Amino acid sequence: MADEQEKTLYHLSVSPHIRSKQTTTSIMLEVMLALLPAAVFSVIHFGPRVLLVYAACMGSAVLSEWIWQKLTHQDITIKDCSALVTGMLLAMNLPPDIPVWMAIVGSAFAIIIVKQVFGGIGENFMNPALTARCFMLVSWSSAMTSFAVHGVSSATPLTIIKTGEGQLPSLLDAFIGNISGCIGETSALLLLLGGLYLIIRGIIDWIVPLTYILTVLVLGYVFGRDGLYEILTGGLMIGAFFMATDYTTSPMTHKGRFIMGIGCGLITSIIRCFGGYPEGVSFSILLMNIMVPFIDKVTLPRIYGEVKTSK
Amino acid sequence: MNRYLFNRPRTFRGGIHPPDFKEQTEGNSIQMYMDPQMDLVFPMSQHIGAPCKPTVKKGDQVLRGQVIGEPQGYMSVPVHSSVSGIVKDVKPMLTSTGNKVMSVIIQNDHQYNEVEGMHKAYDYKHMTNEEILKVIQNSGIVGMGGAGFPAHVKLNPGPEKKIDAVIVNGAECEPFLASDFRLLIEEPKKVVDGLKIVLQLFPEARGYIAIEDNKPTALSLMRLLTTGEDRIEVVALRTKYPQGGEKQLINAILGREVPSGGLPADVGCIVHNADTIVAIYRAILEGRPLMRRIVTIAGGAVAHSHTFKVRIGTSVRELVEAAGGITGELSKIIAGGPMMGFAQVGLDIPVTKGTSGILLFTPEQDFSGQESPCIRCGRCVAACPIHLMPMMLNRFALNREWEQFEKFHGMDCIECGSCAFVCPAKRHLTQTFKAGKKIISDERRAKRAAAQAAAAAAAAKDQAAPAAGK
Repeated sequence: MADEQEKTLYHLSVSPHIRSKQTTTSIMLEVMLALLPAAVFSVIHFGPRVLLVYAACMGSAVLSEWIWQKLTHQDITIKDCSALVTGMLLAMNLPPDIPVWMAIVGSAFAIIIVKQVFGGIGENFMNPALTARCFMLVSWSSAMTSFAVHGVSSATPLTIIKTGEGQLPSLLDAFIGNISGCIGETSALLLLLGGLYLIIRGIIDWIVPLTYILTVLVLGYVFGRDGLYEILTGGLMIGAFFMATDYTTSPMTHKGRFIMGIGCGLITSIIRCFGGYPEGVSFSILLMNIMVPFIDKVTLPRIYGEVKTSK
Repeated sequence: MNRYLFNRPRTFRGGIHPPDFKEQTEGNSIQMYMDPQMDLVFPMSQHIGAPCKPTVKKGDQVLRGQVIGEPQGYMSVPVHSSVSGIVKDVKPMLTSTGNKVMSVIIQNDHQYNEVEGMHKAYDYKHMTNEEILKVIQNSGIVGMGGAGFPAHVKLNPGPEKKIDAVIVNGAECEPFLASDFRLLIEEPKKVVDGLKIVLQLFPEARGYIAIEDNKPTALSLMRLLTTGEDRIEVVALRTKYPQGGEKQLINAILGREVPSGGLPADVGCIVHNADTIVAIYRAILEGRPLMRRIVTIAGGAVAHSHTFKVRIGTSVRELVEAAGGITGELSKIIAGGPMMGFAQVGLDIPVTKGTSGILLFTPEQDFSGQESPCIRCGRCVAACPIHLMPMMLNRFALNREWEQFEKFHGMDCIECGSCAFVCPAKRHLTQTFKAGKKIISDERRAKRAAAQAAAAAAAAKDQAAPAAGK
């Protein structure tokens, strides 16, 4: 018996000995699940061609992560599915008629330049999909700003408001998503459902989306526009629920998340109303991304039983 | 404020909700396992503070209740034999701390002959505090939640500390464990009477019996037993881990915060585990030293989950056999709870004063996942009951930036494991904090020792030189 027991090696480790089942991969899969209704809607709304854009973005994201990590002799992390999410989000932020090669280049830019060069997952300081979108916007501005539904070019609601030309779609159409715009941003309803799912599942918390949306709503009325229309269009829903809540590029503390949400709302409204550009969601989130290290620093929680020390 | 206005379960900010796995353990009543067959092992260090000195040698005949280890100093309590028999050896033996500790090994003669003077009940109402504390020390009582802090030291915070609250910790927030719960519903009177003894030591204090609200039977039983006791209040706590942490309990019940680096007595509180209170009851009113404890045996690799009342010193291997033995594949042995317990190299360890449970995990239960990069999700920040920034501390610890680690309050970590539990990237958060705290406190100790040595050297030099100043 003594011999037998000496042969058995039990697992030794430091406490805690139980871990939650949630992993980075499971979180990423749930985010994609939450995006799925809006993505399916986009295929119906814009036609099957957008499937090509999704495939191009997601495939390019995963492949470029794999190639980069292979070339730099790092562990391959494509299994965490974060590159897939980046690809999916980028696709949803592109016009339906974007040339496929542009989508591929943009997605590679998001992964290699924005994410991997800064150290990979958890280390990038700007949202990869949004940064890539802005990179594409300045590189191919006409392809990135021409929107069409079923081959008929039509301006986005915010462009109509900015230029004052054309017929605004109804509030209900804007809510359901029966409007022009980027592939995945049109259906406020389905994005809202996806976002609520993430909040209920505890993947994201409510602070950033709620404060962001409320700020835009209120400022819309303050600036003399239709606040409700403001929050249903221009990709605000996808921005508030899926981009501004990106873990890596948003604050970790509750206080910080209030600042993030309100800041994003403020910048979005100012750009939309007073800027030369019809929509401001992407820029507002990217600007706030840059502020995050600073926000985290000034919102450090007071610890339990903290003793004030005079310096 | 509203938590006082409405009778809502009280709680603290932060914490987690791990699955409690108590369905197999809470329903089974305490089983007596009082006739151990294998040799009993009594480590001389079952408390923090200096280890005891063995008072017996190989071949000696010992009686139940006999002191076999003498305390060394104030921070130390004696060790008593829980059986009568013959001392087989006195040698270092493996304990649940992972270290070999000088131990007395006794072969049980199954007679259970008692040492003279046992069962002498004390009339504590006519005793002074010093006399009561002396009995508690001589009875070998330490905190039975696992830390092993001598009870008489905790109960003697000094005259400058105004103690106005004595809290009985019946939260038992660790998953699997049910020993405190079973004690609360099977021996509730002893808990209340034990608390009364402690309350006599602190005439200005109120007594609180704190129980999580997932144990309604224990709550209503305690309420029933304390009706009419105007100095005792039964408090329902929200079921949340680590609700049974000293600092979290005080915060939940009284809204106070123990200052960083301080003790509960600094905010007028004394916190004792329910089992410790019963040990005090038995010492004072039954005249028995601490010789038994309640242990939960659970996990997927053991045939039946049981809560046993056993003699201290009983082999864990024997207890596991008593619970039906190992079935299935055993991957990990844990002494204590799954959140803060210690993994063991084998079953050949004794039950000591601090052993609240033994968990036997199958490979499926023993899930720790693959560590991957931090994604800054903030779950650890929300979970930390001390409101630290665990992912930052993790980075400092891994980079050995100890100054930063201290600056961001790493030393205040209570090692509850909440951050590591929730981390989706399965980072070894608590693990690196434990290592970091150890390294820093070792460094501090070394510095202090060096300073003392330097001061002593300087003093010796002063003495050697002619006393010019005086």
